[in-house]
Amino acid sequence: MIGKPLRRVEDLPLLLGTGRFAADISLPGQAHLRVVRSPVPHGMLRGVDGRKALSMPGVIGVWSAADLDLGPIGFRMVAFPGMLPYRQPVLAAERVRYVGEPVAIVLADDPYRAEDAADLVELDIESLPPVLDQLQEPAQFDDQNDTEALLHEDGYGDVGAAFAAAPHVVELTVTVGRHTGVPLECRGALADYRPGAGTLDFYGAAKVPHQNRLLLAGLLGLPPQLVVLREAHVGGGFGVRGEVYPEDVLVCWASRLLGRPVKWIEDRNEHLLAANHSRDQVHRIRAAVLADGYITAIDDEFWLDQGAYVRTHAAAVPTLTASMLPGPYQIPAYRVRGHVRLTNKTPAGTYRAPGRYEGTFARERLIDAVASSLGKPAMEIRLSNFISPDQMPYARPMSALGTDLEYDSGDYALLVGKAQARFGLAELEHGLAARRALGEAVGMGCAFFVEKSGLGPYEAVRISVDQSGHIDIITGAGSMGQGFETVITQICAQELGVRPETIRVLHGQTDQIEHAMGAFASRLTVMAGSATLIAAQALREKALAAAARMLEASPRDLELSDGAVRVAGDPDTGISLAQISEALRPDQAARWGLEPSLTADGWHTTDHMCYPYGLHIAVVRVDAGTGQVIAERLLVAYDVGRAVNPMLVEGQIVGGAAQGLGGALLEEFRYDDAGHPQCTTFMDYLLPTRAEMPPVDVLITEDAPSPRNPLGVKGAGEGGTTAMGAAIAAAIDAALGVPLGVKELPVHPEAALRLAKAARRESTSEPGGA
Amino acid sequence: MIPAPFSYRRAGSVAEALDLCTEYGEDAKFLAGGHSLLPLMKLRLAMPEVLIDLGPVRELSYVREEDGHIAIGALTRHHDLEHSEMLARVLPLLAHAAGQVGDPQVRHRGTIGGSLAHSDPASDLPATVLALDATLVARGPAGSREIAAADFFQGLFETELEPDELLTEIRVPVPAAGAAGWSFQKFTKRAIDWAIVGVAVQGSAVALVNMAGTPVRAAGVEAALAGGATPAEAAAHAAEGTSPADDINASPAYREHLARVLVERALLEAQSV
Ligand SMILES: Cc1cc2nc3c(=O)[nH]c(=O)nc-3n(C[C@H](O)[C@H](O)[C@H](O)COP(=O)(O)OP(=O)(O)OC[C@H]3O[C@@H](n4cnc5c(N)ncnc54)[C@H](O)[C@@H]3O)c2cc1C
Repeated sequence: MIGKPLRRVEDLPLLLGTGRFAADISLPGQAHLRVVRSPVPHGMLRGVDGRKALSMPGVIGVWSAADLDLGPIGFRMVAFPGMLPYRQPVLAAERVRYVGEPVAIVLADDPYRAEDAADLVELDIESLPPVLDQLQEPAQFDDQNDTEALLHEDGYGDVGAAFAAAPHVVELTVTVGRHTGVPLECRGALADYRPGAGTLDFYGAAKVPHQNRLLLAGLLGLPPQLVVLREAHVGGGFGVRGEVYPEDVLVCWASRLLGRPVKWIEDRNEHLLAANHSRDQVHRIRAAVLADGYITAIDDEFWLDQGAYVRTHAAAVPTLTASMLPGPYQIPAYRVRGHVRLTNKTPAGTYRAPGRYEGTFARERLIDAVASSLGKPAMEIRLSNFISPDQMPYARPMSALGTDLEYDSGDYALLVGKAQARFGLAELEHGLAARRALGEAVGMGCAFFVEKSGLGPYEAVRISVDQSGHIDIITGAGSMGQGFETVITQICAQELGVRPETIRVLHGQTDQIEHAMGAFASRLTVMAGSATLIAAQALREKALAAAARMLEASPRDLELSDGAVRVAGDPDTGISLAQISEALRPDQAARWGLEPSLTADGWHTTDHMCYPYGLHIAVVRVDAGTGQVIAERLLVAYDVGRAVNPMLVEGQIVGGAAQGLGGALLEEFRYDDAGHPQCTTFMDYLLPTRAEMPPVDVLITEDAPSPRNPLGVKGAGEGGTTAMGAAIAAAIDAALGVPLGVKELPVHPEAALRLAKAARRESTSEPGGA
Repeated sequence: MIPAPFSYRRAGSVAEALDLCTEYGEDAKFLAGGHSLLPLMKLRLAMPEVLIDLGPVRELSYVREEDGHIAIGALTRHHDLEHSEMLARVLPLLAHAAGQVGDPQVRHRGTIGGSLAHSDPASDLPATVLALDATLVARGPAGSREIAAADFFQGLFETELEPDELLTEIRVPVPAAGAAGWSFQKFTKRAIDWAIVGVAVQGSAVALVNMAGTPVRAAGVEAALAGGATPAEAAAHAAEGTSPADDINASPAYREHLARVLVERALLEAQSV
């Protein structure tokens, strides 16, 4: 069962049209909330006038910050205290800081009326000049603070000495634009506060319901046990969906105020203005290099455009950027300084491969620069700097997401070799060279990366078998469509010897299980998968103990297979899990000295992450007339330790690659000089479609299982994205014959055209050139 | 993204559509495929009080050969133009251009009349009918009149149509034997997008998509061709007299460059047809 491409067990309701997403859930008497958002990027809020809106039919009320008694939204991870002043208020009080910032709410008996009325709420805002560039000197944020929310400094080794001694220093400045994950389903929330009972039910949760329960309960001053978060079907997460945003707090607050359910469904326009943006980093990076290409130090300074506030992820992105930037290379000395700067744009958070997409782009462009300055192939530079298998586990004296950065296992050169053989890279390059000789601008680019996955500290799973033999696996972690239910079903089915059809996975309901971390950081197969294995083992022990009583045999002589316990070697003695479950009534269990119910809990806890790695290869063609970049092929080799379901790993990689390509060629949130967002619909925020997405060849290897969990698995959620920007950039350089031409993502056709022209000038100005 | 309140009326025939239009006057808008109007309404950039749905007006969906020209009903959908055997034979430029509009969903809903009446210079069909020297037929309370494509487009979302006029037919002369060569070049970032720049060529007529506030004929190119210039020489004049926009997709200089590149490609392709 483990290792097999089992079809997704969660798809049937979706295929039958019986899926329930946030917008599908309604409660009797619900009111509809519409958020009134700031139309200006920066200004002093002088007044909110809801009188006209209040006179509209069906309008229940209009509320603004003055009516709320709520603190700002707190941090969920990497909560550096220095960032506290920059948290986002639920509604803007004195100042508005970005277009789209919630300023007031309108409640009505119908969503249409709520939206009509919201248009009539008048905001009196005195505009202030916006800050739009993270490279400009920090400006005033408020009376006490400037716009640099964090200067994150980290590193190890003697960087100064390494640079002083280095025969070569290579330096460059690179930029990754502002883009983000755009789930097919926009956000949505339905809060149901019951006066009298004092309970709050929240539908539309995703990703991290247990953590969000604590945040919401804290903000509202309710005991966490009275707050229940419920995850329904979720149409994509990508890091963006499922964090606590102002709207989540507002529906809860309004439901408690009105004593009736309150529903909010986000539209796409709002989503692109209000949900987390990401990326948007400028790196100035230098390498100290020996004559043979060995890099003795990296010195990086980067500037991250955090947007208007620091949201739930706090310092997660800058710290991950910093700690993961050295990637697969030894780098004996490293210094990094990351400036997190606030601007008047939509706040930023994590997005699939947060910090690594950016850091990998900077580092792999640096490797390409080292290669071109030494006149060596880039892969040779990579191979001579790789951490070798005998150095594993490899500790870099830094921390990532609060854990010590210690790579668990890996053989990077082996993966390069396997990819070269499997994809026929030499022949591929040969073919491209032949096409180039005929005048086509085609090229191949590679980038290597290390990912992190399986963040602890814990995940819990409860498995219980009912009297029919049906099995529930209960976890608090979220399912956003990634196939997590299938994966833990496979693990449980294998351990208990049962058919996957008898298993159901219950996820993301805070009243079903006490502890959960959630679905982020490519952690679930590692964490919840391992917890499932451990819970299934415990359940097996319990089934054997009960069966031993029923068969009057010793548990040692029993075996569990095909959903039944048998005396080894005696096929006629089988008792099914259903019979055992039935037998474990409280009275009988007490007689046997066992706990009632055929139920077992499992926890997996860890202090360390595990580190998968991969190689991305892109083949592109550039239309030298228009500058259009066409991706012809993408190739991904990825070592996942152990693939519980190779089909799902491949699906994750292909989807991730599409997002990596989007950020490299198409997706960008642009602002005009006055700070107004230019990309607020799918007409201007360009996601790649099937037509722009070439076939992706995926090679999954299992050469470096993780020693840090019982399954040996590593995460696969982000490895399709991480190095795609870097690989595509290198491929464009190769196509145009301009080493290190691409320094900025996304590569718009106009920019590629400039490069193509520069390349032509270069080749014609060469002595003896045509 | 919910439109402002509006009332909805269905017109079963051209006559009924015109009557409804007289009844509601300037507050009303015709609804054809809805693929330009509804997005604007959802963003509340358009807030008509009454929509007159032309969906049931079947009589305006046709492609017919009449003497010397092809007559196309204004409510003919892009998909039907794309797949019309007659157009493929007689006016392949129009069939091909219709096939370049948006995606299959858009082509199944959007109509040629809606596309022309909407008058977005970034749309494909306005420049195409301009290159084809089409005549547009409008019917209003006072009867029908003909408007040359060259006079029809007045600016972004502005046409020669009066608010109470319905575009009913597009008449396209069958290209002369010597003008059979055609090409349609559309530059987009993604397959589904509107053109950043586009070019429609029929014979020696050259029209540009998105190089000004309306679709425009590339007069400099046409003059150069008339003077015997090669495609490359003629294409050098592609940006003359244009006023391309500066937006997030492209700078004016880049659009001018694209116009030159695409015109050259279009002329070469038209020559080879
Ligand atoms: C995702 C998407 C992608 C698209 N991509 C492209 C593209 O690549 N290229 C392109 O050219 N277009 C594109 N379009 C627009 C599409 O072609 C529209 O269908 C077309 O522009 C309008 O036609 P319609 O029938 O939908 O008109 P509607 O939206 O119904 O109407 C448009 C306007 O014309 C008026 N109108 C409609 N019919 C008449 C008539 N007979 N007489 C008088 N007035 C009338 C309406 O009142 C309205 O003002 C795209 C649209 C979408 C949604």
